[in-house]
Amino acid sequence: MSQASSEDPHHIDVKEFHPRARAAIADPKIRQNFRKAMDGLISKRKDAFEGMDLEALRDLGANIRLRALANLPDLLEQLEKKLTENGIKVHWAIDGDEACRIVRDICVARNAKTVIKGKSMVSEEMELNHYLEEHDIKALESDLGEYIVQLAGETPSHIIMPAIHKNTGEISELMHEKTGTDLSNDVEYLTASARQQLREKFMNADVGVSGVNFAVAETGTLCLVENEGNGRMTTTVPPCHIAVTGIEKVVGNLEDVAPLLALLTRSATGQHITTYFNMISSPRKPEELDGPEEVHLVLVDNGRSSIYQDDELLDTLRCIRCGACMNHCPVYTRVGGHTYGTTYPGPIGKILMPHLIGLDEGRHLPTASSLCGACGEVCPVKIPIPDLLVRLRRESVDGDKLNPAKVRGHGAKRGTLEALVWKGWSWMHARPGAYRFGTAVAARLRKLQPGQLGGWTEYRTAPRLAAKTLHERMKERGQ
Amino acid sequence: MADPIKVYPPKPSHVYFYATCLIDMFYPDAGMAGIQLLEREGIKVCFPEDQTCCGQPAYTSGYHDEARAVAKAQLGLFPEDWPIVVPSGSCGGMMRKHYPSLFKDTDHEVKAAEVAARTWELTDFLLNVCHIKLKDLGEPTTIAMHTSCSARREMGVAEVGPKLIGQLQNVNLVEQVRAEECCGFGGTFAVRHPEISGAMVSEKVDTLTDTGAEAFVTTDCGCLMNISGYAEKNGKPLAGQHIVSFLWERTDNGSGS
Repeated sequence: MSQASSEDPHHIDVKEFHPRARAAIADPKIRQNFRKAMDGLISKRKDAFEGMDLEALRDLGANIRLRALANLPDLLEQLEKKLTENGIKVHWAIDGDEACRIVRDICVARNAKTVIKGKSMVSEEMELNHYLEEHDIKALESDLGEYIVQLAGETPSHIIMPAIHKNTGEISELMHEKTGTDLSNDVEYLTASARQQLREKFMNADVGVSGVNFAVAETGTLCLVENEGNGRMTTTVPPCHIAVTGIEKVVGNLEDVAPLLALLTRSATGQHITTYFNMISSPRKPEELDGPEEVHLVLVDNGRSSIYQDDELLDTLRCIRCGACMNHCPVYTRVGGHTYGTTYPGPIGKILMPHLIGLDEGRHLPTASSLCGACGEVCPVKIPIPDLLVRLRRESVDGDKLNPAKVRGHGAKRGTLEALVWKGWSWMHARPGAYRFGTAVAARLRKLQPGQLGGWTEYRTAPRLAAKTLHERMKERGQ
Repeated sequence: MADPIKVYPPKPSHVYFYATCLIDMFYPDAGMAGIQLLEREGIKVCFPEDQTCCGQPAYTSGYHDEARAVAKAQLGLFPEDWPIVVPSGSCGGMMRKHYPSLFKDTDHEVKAAEVAARTWELTDFLLNVCHIKLKDLGEPTTIAMHTSCSARREMGVAEVGPKLIGQLQNVNLVEQVRAEECCGFGGTFAVRHPEISGAMVSEKVDTLTDTGAEAFVTTDCGCLMNISGYAEKNGKPLAGQHIVSFLWERTDNGSGS
């Protein structure tokens, strides 16, 4: 994908995580915007699940996703067959570039010049807007958050709330500068202004592009969750609708959707249900008054089938993109979404992106976690995110001879010195006599202990060795 | 993520005490306090002399060959079928949750699963296996508690500490905002990402200080080292202790030491 290409002017070097993290942490606005937003989302989620058997629902959600993944190849074929019967044209894309070409070819065939977009993280992954622009097709984001991010020339900082890094004042200034609205802290006014501008674009757009939340194989139905009505406009007003989605979004049956939807909206925004829930099953039928003449689905692989090959990493594909892991992540809350430099930030990004861009490019991502487990605890489909982070850390240093690494770019983080340190550490701790001798000597020499210990003592005092180890005290006690 | 099948054993006559390397080198008082609390409950405590480290630092850093070599040296320390009690959610979590996967498909797979199944976090063991009854002998005080993420989420003991402290009639336990948020320790994370870890611990110290508590207690020495180290460096009046040191000091009438 183009994110890994250094010739791309939009290129962000994922490896430059540390400088971006330092800058974000030093920026009080970023810190405040994220802390406030994440605190709000955490408390809304908690309220939304009040009185429900959350563990049972998470088990159900996990099992539905596991069952779908276990049958993924068959379900995808069934989906294609059903959609085709329903009059929806299905396309397969091996990567983001191919998916972009497919969208462009459809646009070219219709002589389309303007595209209106509903929110779609897969289209971000494809860098679709950038691609279409290069081919003289104007793509406009219609989700309010995406619209703001597009005005600012930025990328989303959160998968559900793309402009969460900006406060009202910053948005007001941006809209004033780019669209001429009055400066105002009145959210109603700003929203109404954006809606007015977008409404005209909807009426004139040649093609609507949307994402998909769940693709139901048995009925050939594309489900789309949204709050602003822009998804419905995108998928019904323009004469042609192109849905883009990852191949993992398929579920077997219509009845699988209800529990997943219940989990998705509560986990994401603390809503019992979103304002709009669209179920798209065909283009406009002759007797119908509205809807597009043409509907396409582009199924994007982009590394997913290689994740699918591994029994453990496969769990990554359970994700229903609710964003709860980032909302509850103490690291994401401190550094914000842009620091990661990846399409998907936060915990899910840390386990998904190394597959999409390679573990060499994404080598710092799995380390940027205290392994606190908050992400795994809230995940509505029980993805064991901390375990997968450890797995990717292992792969990034080729740290296990019994389980050779598999992810593309593995071993890139293995440094000779670090590997040597761990070897020495292991040697000493696997030999009790050497350990007891070493720790007892350290205790005797504790006055010589260095006061500065790298990154640790930038923020804290150095820990002080005790005068006698517990081993020595137990020995004195006669044990 | 808490172990879904935690079945407490009956109170045993003996236990193994696995102290952890941090307690061994930096906080031996906490280790002694833990041992004395168990002994006061009438349990004989066996301290395997050959214990070193559970292997977690290398494990979470991705160096699993090195972690496995160290963990393997621990597996043979517990020949009797007594419970293994660990004064740390983090090291306890490593042994209970991660040993089985670390030794999967090796000759030590069965042994690792067997050791994992009888590994207990100390406060959980005191409350739910020993059914300890604490008699508070200390002066009135107000404290806060930080439960480590691994104690909370891997060992599932978030409610244990407050229940134990609740038995102390002169202790007022206050809860800080965002009590369930990580303090930023995370082992090597604190060194690899000092700026992020620093931001996390600074907010943790603020929320703990804002409670008005004179001190805080915690289940894990990693958190203790992190939070106390930050408070000390930045002149914040917040003393910290391992929870078992606190429990022992407040209930020791001089007969047990």
